[in-house]
Amino acid sequence: MNDLIWLIPAFPLAGFVLLVAFGRRLGEPLAGWLATGAIAGSFAASVATFFALQGEPVRERAYEVTLWEWLPVGGFHVDFGFLADPLSITMCLFVTGIATLIHLYSIGYMHGDPKFSKFFLYLNLFVFSMLMLVLGDNMLITFLGWEGVGACSYFLISFWHTEDANASAGKKAFVTNRIGDFGFMVAIFFTFAALGTINYTGIVAASPSLATTTATVIAAMLFLGACGKSAQLPLYVWLPDAMAGPTPVSALIHAATMVTGGVYLLARMNPVIAESASWVPWMIAIVGALTALFAATIAVAQNDIKKVLAYSTVSQLGFMFLALGSGAYVAALFHMITHAFFKGLLFLGSGSVIHGMEGEQDMRRMGGLFKKMPITAVTFMVGWLAIIGFPLFAGFFSKDEILLFAYDKSPILWLIGMAAALLTGFYMTRQVIMVFFGAPRWDRPLEEAVPDLHAEREAAGIHPGHGAGPIGEIHPHESPWTMTLPLIVLGPLALVGGWLNSAFWERGKFLEHWLEPVVEFGEAHLEATTLLKVELGIGATLMGLIGLVAAWFVYGRNKGEAKDRIERRVLLKGWYYDSSIAAFMGGPGRKGFDAIAWFDKHVIDGAVNGVASVVRVSSDKGRTVQTGYVRNYALGLVFGAIVVAGLILSKAVTG
Amino acid sequence: MSALLLASEGGRSVANPSFPLLSILILTPVAGALVVALISKRRPELTKQAAVLFSLLTGALAIGVVVTFDKHLPGFQMVDDVQWIKNPDISWKLGVDGISLWMVALTGLLFPIAMLGAPPHDEEKSFYAWLLVLEAGCLGAFLALDTFLFFVFFEIVLVPMYFLISGWGYGERRYAATKFFLYTMFGSAFMLVGTVALSYLHAKGGPVTFDLQVLAEQQGVVAETTARWLFISFAIAFAVKVPIFPVHTWLPDAHTQAPTAGSVILAGVMLKLGTYGFLRYGLYLFPEASAWAAPVMVTLGVVGIIYGAVCATMQKDLKRLVAYSSVAHMGFIVLGIFAITRQALTGSVIQMVNHGVSTGALFLLVGYIYERRHTRQIAELKGLQTPAPKMAAIFTLVMLSSIGLPGLNGFVGEFLILIGSFLTVKWWAVVAVTGVILAALYLLWAYQRVFHGEPDEANRDFRDIRFTEGLALAPLLVLIVFMGLFPKPFLERIEPAVNKLVHHVEVNSDHREPGVSTKGDEVVPESERRAEGEAAEGDHATSDTEQGDGHGTEEGN
Repeated sequence: MNDLIWLIPAFPLAGFVLLVAFGRRLGEPLAGWLATGAIAGSFAASVATFFALQGEPVRERAYEVTLWEWLPVGGFHVDFGFLADPLSITMCLFVTGIATLIHLYSIGYMHGDPKFSKFFLYLNLFVFSMLMLVLGDNMLITFLGWEGVGACSYFLISFWHTEDANASAGKKAFVTNRIGDFGFMVAIFFTFAALGTINYTGIVAASPSLATTTATVIAAMLFLGACGKSAQLPLYVWLPDAMAGPTPVSALIHAATMVTGGVYLLARMNPVIAESASWVPWMIAIVGALTALFAATIAVAQNDIKKVLAYSTVSQLGFMFLALGSGAYVAALFHMITHAFFKGLLFLGSGSVIHGMEGEQDMRRMGGLFKKMPITAVTFMVGWLAIIGFPLFAGFFSKDEILLFAYDKSPILWLIGMAAALLTGFYMTRQVIMVFFGAPRWDRPLEEAVPDLHAEREAAGIHPGHGAGPIGEIHPHESPWTMTLPLIVLGPLALVGGWLNSAFWERGKFLEHWLEPVVEFGEAHLEATTLLKVELGIGATLMGLIGLVAAWFVYGRNKGEAKDRIERRVLLKGWYYDSSIAAFMGGPGRKGFDAIAWFDKHVIDGAVNGVASVVRVSSDKGRTVQTGYVRNYALGLVFGAIVVAGLILSKAVTG
Repeated sequence: MSALLLASEGGRSVANPSFPLLSILILTPVAGALVVALISKRRPELTKQAAVLFSLLTGALAIGVVVTFDKHLPGFQMVDDVQWIKNPDISWKLGVDGISLWMVALTGLLFPIAMLGAPPHDEEKSFYAWLLVLEAGCLGAFLALDTFLFFVFFEIVLVPMYFLISGWGYGERRYAATKFFLYTMFGSAFMLVGTVALSYLHAKGGPVTFDLQVLAEQQGVVAETTARWLFISFAIAFAVKVPIFPVHTWLPDAHTQAPTAGSVILAGVMLKLGTYGFLRYGLYLFPEASAWAAPVMVTLGVVGIIYGAVCATMQKDLKRLVAYSSVAHMGFIVLGIFAITRQALTGSVIQMVNHGVSTGALFLLVGYIYERRHTRQIAELKGLQTPAPKMAAIFTLVMLSSIGLPGLNGFVGEFLILIGSFLTVKWWAVVAVTGVILAALYLLWAYQRVFHGEPDEANRDFRDIRFTEGLALAPLLVLIVFMGLFPKPFLERIEPAVNKLVHHVEVNSDHREPGVSTKGDEVVPESERRAEGEAAEGDHATSDTEQGDGHGTEEGN
């Protein structure tokens, strides 16, 4: 069985190759079905591997397969190899499972797009890269997948590349991620220099011998990498822009899978983080908590249905980092899985809404869609209850777990997390009300309600057909079955996903027992009493509910109209963080680069040309020898050189 | 004296007197040039066919060299040694090792591609003749095992390239060609001084020899300070050729004005003469001086990486942008060479090939864009992906290779250079990683401005890639993927030569390659440890037979 791990990434790779070769000929919808089948095959292989692993004794649950030697140079040796253990197989299961659903959904969503087969080609390549990321048995294969998902993300964000905004968003995502990759690469160097290996099994075995300073540098650098990929402060800026891509891409890459790469990496490297100085986990927890709160405040004021979910994703990833920093690896991975269910569901739901709204993404033009799109509405609301931590829904279990550990780390972190949880309840309820309830606003142009709409859209780079629907009346309708079926599958998962690791009784903590052999090095151990746990759980749940009620008071009673007093401009603009960076890069940054280019042209090359003209002027007198033939000059140079050589020689011999 | 004798024994290499493959390899393009020159000017088609045929033949011979190459031997193979001048001893001595092997293969690959992919519009006959002469010169420089012979080849290549730029180039081609010629000639003058001086100083009044192996293996004959000066004289020539900051400004001009085929060869092959020179006539010939100069060279390399990338970002001309990206990429190679570790040196050698492949492909693509639009100004190009999706896809692949995406060839070299450099020059390596970020910035930005967006009137009817153009690019694209995933066939042939070189430097200087922490050894899985142990033993074996002698010489003095 363990020889078949390679099948997991082989399916999507085969799909990619086939689509490159025959994609155009297959066309719509065959290309989509081929791609979906490839991912489904990969899911089946993951399930098979999972059961095989489960059949092994707890301590032997790891299969290593080496395909070929990749970089064998001197003492440095990296293989193309896979490691299937509880952590990587858990990742494989939810990545391929959700990806299968999203592929299916895309067949409906991308209907009629002229680049239909190309879209699936990129999607398959993405899933392949993501599987390399999680299955690699060493840091470099993970890095291969890491960069691979980044490249696919770039292709897919700028998929509709004729729009400048999309192209810029793709480039921004790639370059910002590269800043994080800097950290990842440096971490690899330090690991290799200190341990002589970058194999995960080797790292786990040798990490206790790591010096604290080295472990600290590695952990901090890995965290920088994770900040880029998982969109944490200060590198989160690319994720909201990444919503320029088609909605299934947002669901798959920018919510469920790729952005969890950073969480995976830190969990995988937990033995090293355990050896590092204590300020690294503190930093991770603080950055996570601040990101969770910061992004939640921005989400409150967004009007684009996808932007709300984008900032919400940043915020939820912040929760995961809060967990990682608090030593709650299981809780982080648990939240990652439940988040994949409900955020994937929410994004696909929003895609269904956009599809039904003929391309309109502005929530100020929605409202009352519940009756028009009942399946989408009901499933979306399941996701909504899951994310705000409504009792017994998936997010309820995982978020409580994180806040419990955060409280153990520091009550201040816990408070920040609680505030973020409250805001989550608020902005998600606001979204549900604005989209599905209240009076319909899709029968009239948006300009009526928003006078300065034109200027606003100009600034955001939104043109009709790309985020903005038709000016005239829209006729909302429910989406085709290929789109609703994934919603119907994900809905129950978002509902019951929390029972994977139920806190109610010890045997219900399936995920914890399953992951224990991998994360035991860094996992914190709580000494909280049951009473405290219950109190904290109730507190966290109340936060979500308070947010819900508050939003109902503000929006529900108001038929879903926007509220200026709460949606401050500074929040809508994301605290002006992104625009400040853009202004700096476009202003002083660009001038600095220009100055260097000017220096090169005028100083360095100027000096060269200056010398040349001095020579020319001085040789005017010796015009008689100037024949204009390069060969004569060359001859002169050679003779000159020989003379100089003779001089040196005579000096050397006599000296 | 006995040490000296031993050393000259050690310097003798595995000769294969039965078949002078390397000489034939160099003479084939020469013969081609003669044939092309004899064909009537009125038959341009025939000249092209003949030229391509001869370059393909040369390519086949180069592949033959790769196939017959014994990957286990660290020293020079297939040595041809014919005496040219008796006193001083100058020979037509050729040989190939794991380092020059790939330079030869790269040369054999790129010339037919340049001929097929970027044919000239007029004066076919002399164009092809010059290209074939150039090919012979490049091969000769890579294969020469005689310092004087190397100098001759190193200089010969300037002439055809001068005429290619000034004859078939664009706008300011005369200025660029003259600048290129005089600049590199200026550097070479120093090298000639160094070459002659080294041999005469080395002779110490005895018989004078220009045999590279004798000069390199008998270290310590020339005083340390003198050797450093001699190294500098060589280094100036190579620095201009690479080019290293701040003597790089001839490169953007030459590239921008050169015809496409010229740019492909200039970037793909000729720049490698500089880095190859540093390996063969720097580390090998002057190990002590190289280790002494390493901090400066590493610094210049890293400056080049950042500086080249920043300049590339701000270029308005697409071809100039690619030229500046070469400055950055060559900076990586210089960093790797002077970090003097096995990983970094192996990375540098493979990166030379990678740069030839991906930059060669980039110049071809830029040439195709110019053919269609008669402009290289980024501002005048827009939205090309819509009318030309295939070209966009190819450009994307090559771009990602140049950015260093793992799984493609560029990453293999860049990563090995960085991880190897990290062992000796830790912080410089860390700074160099920022070059990786900048590479993504300038290439993606350029790509966005050229290929993304809605095509305007002028770019709407842009023609997608032609079959012949695709054919010329195909081998490069295959290599980009293949070398990224299976670099082992390349690495395992480079490694013995590099190990030998590192050992050579260690024996003859204070430089020591830092061992990777021993703690790591305990955790390496059993199978891997065995493989490593074998490699280490191999190193010892080499040192016993060949390098120990150099050591003895040093002590003997």
